[in-house]
Amino acid sequence: MSKDIIAAIKGNVIQGRKTQDDIGVDDSFAGKPGVVELVQQALDENASPQEIITEGLTAGMQVVGEKFSTKEYFIPDMLASAEAVGAAMDILKPVLESANVETKGKFAIATVKGDIHDIGKNIVAILVKGAGYEVHDMGTDVPAEKVVEFLKEEKPGYLGLSALLTTTMIEMGVVIKALEENKLRSSVKVLIGGAAVSEEFAREIGADAYCVDAFAAVKVLDSYQ
Amino acid sequence: MSRKGILVHRPYERLPREQVELIHQASMQILSDPGLISFNRKAVDILHSHGAAVESLTGDHQSWQVKIPEQLVLKALDTAPKTVKLGARNPDNTLIMNGDEPRVYLITGSETNIWLDVAFPTYVDKNDSSREIKIPEFKPRRGTVDDLCQSAHVCEHLEMVDGYIRTVNIQDRDITEENKDVNKFFASLNNNTKHFMSGLTTLKQLDNVVRMAELIAGGKKALEDNPIISFITCLVKSPLQFVDDTTDTFIEVCRRGLPVVVSSSPQAGTTAPIKEAGIMAQINAEVLAGITLGQLVKSGTPVLYGSVPVRARMDTLGDSYGSVETSQYNIDCAQMARFYSLPNYSTSGVSDSKIPGQQSSIERLFSDIVVAMSGPQYLHCAFGLLDCNSVFCLLQAVLDDAHFKMIKFFLQQPRIDQSEMEAVLQQIRNVVATPQKLYINYIRPVLRSGEISGVYPFEGSGERDDVFELAYERMKELLAKPVEHIDQETTARIFEEIPGILPRLNIYKRGS
Repeated sequence: MSKDIIAAIKGNVIQGRKTQDDIGVDDSFAGKPGVVELVQQALDENASPQEIITEGLTAGMQVVGEKFSTKEYFIPDMLASAEAVGAAMDILKPVLESANVETKGKFAIATVKGDIHDIGKNIVAILVKGAGYEVHDMGTDVPAEKVVEFLKEEKPGYLGLSALLTTTMIEMGVVIKALEENKLRSSVKVLIGGAAVSEEFAREIGADAYCVDAFAAVKVLDSYQ
Repeated sequence: MSRKGILVHRPYERLPREQVELIHQASMQILSDPGLISFNRKAVDILHSHGAAVESLTGDHQSWQVKIPEQLVLKALDTAPKTVKLGARNPDNTLIMNGDEPRVYLITGSETNIWLDVAFPTYVDKNDSSREIKIPEFKPRRGTVDDLCQSAHVCEHLEMVDGYIRTVNIQDRDITEENKDVNKFFASLNNNTKHFMSGLTTLKQLDNVVRMAELIAGGKKALEDNPIISFITCLVKSPLQFVDDTTDTFIEVCRRGLPVVVSSSPQAGTTAPIKEAGIMAQINAEVLAGITLGQLVKSGTPVLYGSVPVRARMDTLGDSYGSVETSQYNIDCAQMARFYSLPNYSTSGVSDSKIPGQQSSIERLFSDIVVAMSGPQYLHCAFGLLDCNSVFCLLQAVLDDAHFKMIKFFLQQPRIDQSEMEAVLQQIRNVVATPQKLYINYIRPVLRSGEISGVYPFEGSGERDDVFELAYERMKELLAKPVEHIDQETTARIFEEIPGILPRLNIYKRGS
């Protein structure tokens, strides 16, 4: 029975249906339980969280990624699936913690000081969460001091910095310097992205990676596993 | 079932009502003075017997000055059908054109002598042999009947093409003036199930092509109900002359009751005044003269108000279809046809450029957008045509299909009503209350409903411009897709009854 539920979880991830109220690509799913309801049902039937993650959520996202690469799916499809997986991970988190199962890690993300643009940052947050990371979104216009403070308290392994403007991208370098001054740099991988930045700029300021888009961010994070 | 075309809800008009009426009145004056010079005796007799003043002229060729009174024109405008049906081998491809409804159907054509082949040779950077680039090379050659088959085949599969006018003149060694018509009709009809319109090379073949159409449609009555073919006739040569042979053809087509375009193509600056007021008054008079003659031949003959105006190039005095004024004239003509409640055969997309490229894209897209916006019912929009009207390139036709999808999308009626507004207001409230403040989740319900325009289909990767290569691949895909040919039994009857069709066009006997 739980095999059927896990297959249904995978199917609903592919459809991008977080709950039973959501639409999918295929109309035949309308009104049926979505990922959230199915994950709860699977747990109620004693399915293992690892099985739910690997055979349901991750396997579903794998198909979504393939469909995206063949242009059958678009970013909104990808985000809907990632959001469904993110919601499932919220349900699974306490179960995983009580079983001492490690997650893929904590990822903090912020748009740097002086910049209020957050579309890219938000998309990265959704996709990274959908990829199984614990995401902490610090918001926009975040000064270096606040990043430092957050890192000291929460100790994320990964930090994403976003900037859209050529006038605010220099703030990324300021954050990295502040991390060095506070002896935090070696404990966190810094990923940068945004319309204004580049691979070359990432090297100049000493970031660990430049991510051209949200998918690249997930790939880079996974490469650190 | 009929094709939907593009319904233009608020057609673009350049002329205020008083200017339309001024053009109409000027045309009426032209028709009565100086009238038209007719080199065709039958037209003279028909018009004279209905009250036109006729005077014999002296010169090398026998001709007459024909002055057409206004009431004759107005009566013809009364009897000319306001709705014209153009049938098709596949009835789903039927075109219904109402003179008062600006529903635009996109049609290929016209006929060119030159077929442009394309190849993609690879060039290597002199300074870095690891860098290669493919550059399209275009090679012109005379068009053949095989080319016509290919063109009809691809146009069958081009989504935006609503009807087919042959795009290439067949100039094979075994094509003569006598057998050209039957071969061009058969090659086109056998590879395309959309409406087929054509001119005639010789009037002698009219009955043969009509018989061919009857066999395909299922008989004489079936062809009347489903006119799968129609004709274009340039019976008036600008300025204001009934040509002998094409007028003969026009009269005979009208007698058979098949749909026909009365087309006039004056060139502003040479065969028409350079001023807009002048070319408009003249082209309108020329088209009305043809329509009047057609209605006198057979009242109720389905006619299209055919306008192919163009401005002269100042450097060569050749046609400048790419000129902005040419689009202005066409838009004016769409308005004049609507003034008479007649379906309009209009022109757009002809480029002065000799090959596909930036000039071609700019010129054709400009006129395609603005003329389509004016709402002509039958827009022969030069799919694939280059170098004015003399070159056809199949690759260009595939490119044109892509930009017409954009134009069609653009001309959709806005979807703003009370229920839509209430739904989006709720959406705005919902999203503003979320931490991420993104509307992305609301995209999905419309993502696959056709409410979002598609990505340009020939977009390259990164900084490469792959448009031509991708369009070429698409062209090959379309050529590989099968078309619904005329069935074997009908084909056999056509070959049996209609003389002159090249045996190699019989797909059921190839290789035997």
